Amino acid sequence: MATKVVERKPLNLAERSYLPQIVGGLKITFRNMWKPPVTLEYPEQRPNIPDRYRGVPTLVKDPNGREKCVACQLCEFVCPPRAIRIDPGEIPEDSEHAHVEKAPREFKIDMLRCIYCGLCEEVCPEEAIFLQDTFSVNGLSRAELVFNKKKLYQLGGTLPDSHYKWDKKRDAAEKGGDEH
Amino acid sequence: MDPGQLIIFLLKAVAVVLAVMTLAGYTVLAERKVAGWIQGRTGPNRTALPILGAIPVVGTFLRRLGVFQPLADVGKFLFKEEPFPGHVNKLYYLLAPALAFIPAMTTVTVLPFGQHDGAPLVLANLDIGILFILAVSSLGVYGIILGGWASNSKYPFLGGVRSSAQMISYELALGLSILPVFLWTGGTLNLHAVVQEQTHVWFLFVQPLSALIFLVALFAETNRMPFDMPEAETELVAGYNTEYGAFGFGLFFLAEYTHIIIGSGVFTVLFLGGWNLWLPFPEGIFGAVLSVLVFLAKVLCLVFFFIWVRWTLPRFRYDQIMNLGWRILLPLALANLIFYAIAIAVIDRVL
Repeated sequence: MATKVVERKPLNLAERSYLPQIVGGLKITFRNMWKPPVTLEYPEQRPNIPDRYRGVPTLVKDPNGREKCVACQLCEFVCPPRAIRIDPGEIPEDSEHAHVEKAPREFKIDMLRCIYCGLCEEVCPEEAIFLQDTFSVNGLSRAELVFNKKKLYQLGGTLPDSHYKWDKKRDAAEKGGDEH
Repeated sequence: MDPGQLIIFLLKAVAVVLAVMTLAGYTVLAERKVAGWIQGRTGPNRTALPILGAIPVVGTFLRRLGVFQPLADVGKFLFKEEPFPGHVNKLYYLLAPALAFIPAMTTVTVLPFGQHDGAPLVLANLDIGILFILAVSSLGVYGIILGGWASNSKYPFLGGVRSSAQMISYELALGLSILPVFLWTGGTLNLHAVVQEQTHVWFLFVQPLSALIFLVALFAETNRMPFDMPEAETELVAGYNTEYGAFGFGLFFLAEYTHIIIGSGVFTVLFLGGWNLWLPFPEGIFGAVLSVLVFLAKVLCLVFFFIWVRWTLPRFRYDQIMNLGWRILLPLALANLIFYAIAIAVIDRVL
């Protein structure tokens, strides 16, 4: 391979005095002084959270107000730090959401253990748990930082649904067919 | 001296000391603000006083500028608990911050900062003005050495040792670089005489090399950025004041910034024509105020330059500092002195 020897010229007097370089540096910093700040003034200004951001895990409801979680406990099993605890329960026959197999009686995520890996969201067959855009979690006690079902739904809110899987099931069951 | 005169004198002294201390406090703020702007941040902009901060436009503007921040800082320094490491020599540990601060404030006394009908505005118009400043301001290093030594801890100690070496190295160049100025003014060491000599042309343009050497040495003497060996955060934790907190640290901090202000003042007097602006000042009190304002403006520009340089240049290595001081600045200052001595002799003979 051909190599090219770069000639190193000895520094001249001005260069050895560093002064032209110092003046150059001063010019750069002076120009920078007049640029607008690149920082956010945090509590008032919030950063733009991109879609797919992995914030606090939350439980969501579908647009009809039905809780999507069916207490299958897959997230509980997949959770690497074992932050999730689910207490599964029955749905009573006379409920408007009957025909859904199960619902969690209690759903707890220990935010002191959660590592925001997103495996629970990935594994959920019902698209019920999402890591949304809340990034700041604080509390005054350990107990306060174990989020219960109420808190998780409060954080999660409602997300659009394209399937309405259980509604279809219920309609089918009420028509008396045996497709399912 | 009769008591009335004494009281007036004391009042003047207190006023000047208060002004310099306020300036030092706001220099800290300026440092933080300018650092923020240069680095694309905003700097302190949250602190507000209850009533002043609530004024609609002005209050918000002052708050955004961080004008109330120094008050909060001072309050913090005063009321924090004084930490007292168990392994220090208590007497010297307590003495060191005072020893750093007192020389810094003492030099203010001989610095002329304005004129009133031709007479200088100065606390003590000494004939040996510059000698006094050089002698007393270099005493400040004892506070740093003592602080480093009394802390009985290795990083502060290294900071103190470095500081002493650096001060000795640059003191020589500092002294030699301003001798040509006093040769030019005809041998007087009085600072007011130096200012009057510059009514038409500043010494910065007559003796640019002297000014450059003096400025570089001044940066070293005030422990400012390219030469901040005693602090060198990345190497020595926080340098000589690592073991200090609360008020002791506050005093060290204030001393450092007072040194910058006094250094800027001395540079202004020696090379930037003091309060001269090529125009004669009007008679009476108006002219006096105007001259003080001109002087302050020049000093503040220099202080800004100090801050600006700090956030531009990286720190020298220790051996590079010694090299620059002994092998470049000192011979350069000597050559400069000899050149101007001959030049002045020739000019005197010819004219």
